[in-house]
Amino acid sequence: MSVFLMMCWEFFKTGLFAIGGGLATIPFLKEISVKYGWFSMDLLTTMIAVSESTPGPVGVNMSTYVGYTMFRIPGAIFATLSLVAPSLIIICCIAKALKTFKDSPVVQGIFSGIRPAVVGFIISAVISIFTMALLNTRAYEATGALTDLVKIPAVLLLFVLLGISYWKPKLHPIVIIGIAAAAGILFRF
Amino acid sequence: MKTLWELYYTWFKMGLFTFGGGYAMLPMIQREVIDKHHWCSEEEIMDYYAIGQVTPGIIAVNTATFVGYDVKGIPGGIIATLGVISPSIVIITVIAGLITNFSELAVVQSALRGIQVAVCALMFTAVVKLYKNSVKNAVSFAIFVIALILAYFTKISTVILVIAAGAVGYALSVMRKEKA
Repeated sequence: MSVFLMMCWEFFKTGLFAIGGGLATIPFLKEISVKYGWFSMDLLTTMIAVSESTPGPVGVNMSTYVGYTMFRIPGAIFATLSLVAPSLIIICCIAKALKTFKDSPVVQGIFSGIRPAVVGFIISAVISIFTMALLNTRAYEATGALTDLVKIPAVLLLFVLLGISYWKPKLHPIVIIGIAAAAGILFRF
Repeated sequence: MKTLWELYYTWFKMGLFTFGGGYAMLPMIQREVIDKHHWCSEEEIMDYYAIGQVTPGIIAVNTATFVGYDVKGIPGGIIATLGVISPSIVIITVIAGLITNFSELAVVQSALRGIQVAVCALMFTAVVKLYKNSVKNAVSFAIFVIALILAYFTKISTVILVIAAGAVGYALSVMRKEKA
């Protein structure tokens, strides 16, 4: 089997077995690196950093990066298509089944329990995002000073952004992201 | 044809302006998918997130497939998925080919730290809205609090938590029916 097909197969397997989103693909990519030596661990670290600092789902960014490193643009396209193919097939089947059974009392009962739980998962993720964006735990541990814990410019920016979205609720999220990126560059966050 | 193009274009935007993927996509989904195009309800998005947690694949991609399927069946699912992955393919290809030290550039890091704060602001507004719509009685509040605590403080896999929450929801619905 050519290396190109093998790469597609490995990404197909990753897409099939990585459950729970982007970061779940990283252990699989580590395994690929060890097994085939297609890319080094060092490069993998760079890939993770770039994938997290560019828009788009991290898992998709990772597969594109690996594919590009191996086979340029065709590699980027086919690695990513191989990654999403399994879930595309699985989700289309589930979506079809869900449409049929949506109104059954069993399905209704199950989802009445799951929906509030998902809100809990999301808020748990939001707390982690807030901690990362607004607090500097490492500096706090080093000095113990409360003024080192809170990233004051970030908190100020947060209030400005919340103020803007409260004042103009119709403003598109893209605009808020643009303002924040500009503020980050301007004030050297 | 027009709907398929709209699906592609909308999910392209989603892929282009989401940093972090998955849940971070919620503000954009509320704006584009729910409010603007009325492709699905907030409840359905919650269901898709939950299913995305327990099925293989990337949650952002799974959600795109679901919404696309709702709108236009299998072609819709494929087109929405291609839409959400297209920006990544273009951007990563350019960066991998041209700027090897991209993530180390000072200007990129500053912009990202700003964007992180934007994600906080957007998620805060999105989550307040979501909470008001989804947690309406004592039972759902209890499930919400327990799920939040377990997800934040323990390492229990989300797959198990979703299955457990589904089992609780089913058991409660059976009990309600027996009472009635």
